[in-house]
Amino acid sequence: MSFKSAVITFPGSNCDRDALCYLKDLTKGEVHNIWHEETSLPKVDLVILPGGFSFGDYLRSGAMASKSKIIDEVVKHANDNRYLLGICNGFQILTEIGLLEGALIRNKKLKFLGKNCFIKKKFKNNFNLSIKDNQILQIPIAHNEGNFYCDIETLNLLKNNEQIAFEYCKDEFSNTEENINGSIEAIAGITNKKKNVLGMMPHPERAYSDFHQSQDGRLIIESLIS
Amino acid sequence: MRIKILVRLKGQILEPQGKVIEQSLNSLGFTEFSNIRQGKLIELDLPDNVSEEEKAQKIDSACKKLLVNDIIEEYEVLG
Repeated sequence: MSFKSAVITFPGSNCDRDALCYLKDLTKGEVHNIWHEETSLPKVDLVILPGGFSFGDYLRSGAMASKSKIIDEVVKHANDNRYLLGICNGFQILTEIGLLEGALIRNKKLKFLGKNCFIKKKFKNNFNLSIKDNQILQIPIAHNEGNFYCDIETLNLLKNNEQIAFEYCKDEFSNTEENINGSIEAIAGITNKKKNVLGMMPHPERAYSDFHQSQDGRLIIESLIS
Repeated sequence: MRIKILVRLKGQILEPQGKVIEQSLNSLGFTEFSNIRQGKLIELDLPDNVSEEEKAQKIDSACKKLLVNDIIEEYEVLG
């Protein structure tokens, strides 16, 4: 059975095309591109909310996009236990919708971070099945508000429910900081309690092709398909 | 009537912009300024005939639904 997927485009999304290519190349299945004003979503296995600056990041990153017409359908998709992946701005949108806990605030050092970073998996879920424990992935980040914040009760819930999918780390040969943006416990990505919704700041769709510096981003889609 | 809503990050949350503003002000000689935090002010018009009760209810609802993310922010209606 072929794997079907969709990418939602908001005004200001700028990684939607990368996400479409990522899905087309790796899933070999049907891929739809859906405009945020649509009110229906085809039945697909995976929906990606892509990176970018939806609605110019006005008010708060992801705040406006979380009220778009398509979002009701995205929530239904997630409630049907199908996969939903928010990358970067997509992660911010998922927290604004309330499908994921916490919020993404300004990077600790106030710098826009556009560079390779290193992450490893924390707790197992269907998005990181193909990744080995302690395997370090090199995946680019590009964000201003990627500093994950939640209160201590929520953090304990995330740990107890094993919802932390990825954390930033240091590579043996890298000079990057271990916790690149100041996130609580170096969190780079979390899932919902049912683990069918993942939000992550790093961009796997920028690390899969031969012309990319790293191909580690493939592992996310490979995990879902396997 | 003009409504002013002050939105700011909760006290325990790092507000790096305020820190940078503080450094700049300090370097300009305003060395007595400290603990600077930057928030945002949202202004809007509501018809004059809206009752106080309805006004409070509408503002509260708008803040909860869109204007404020209560995980990280708090708000105050000014004046």
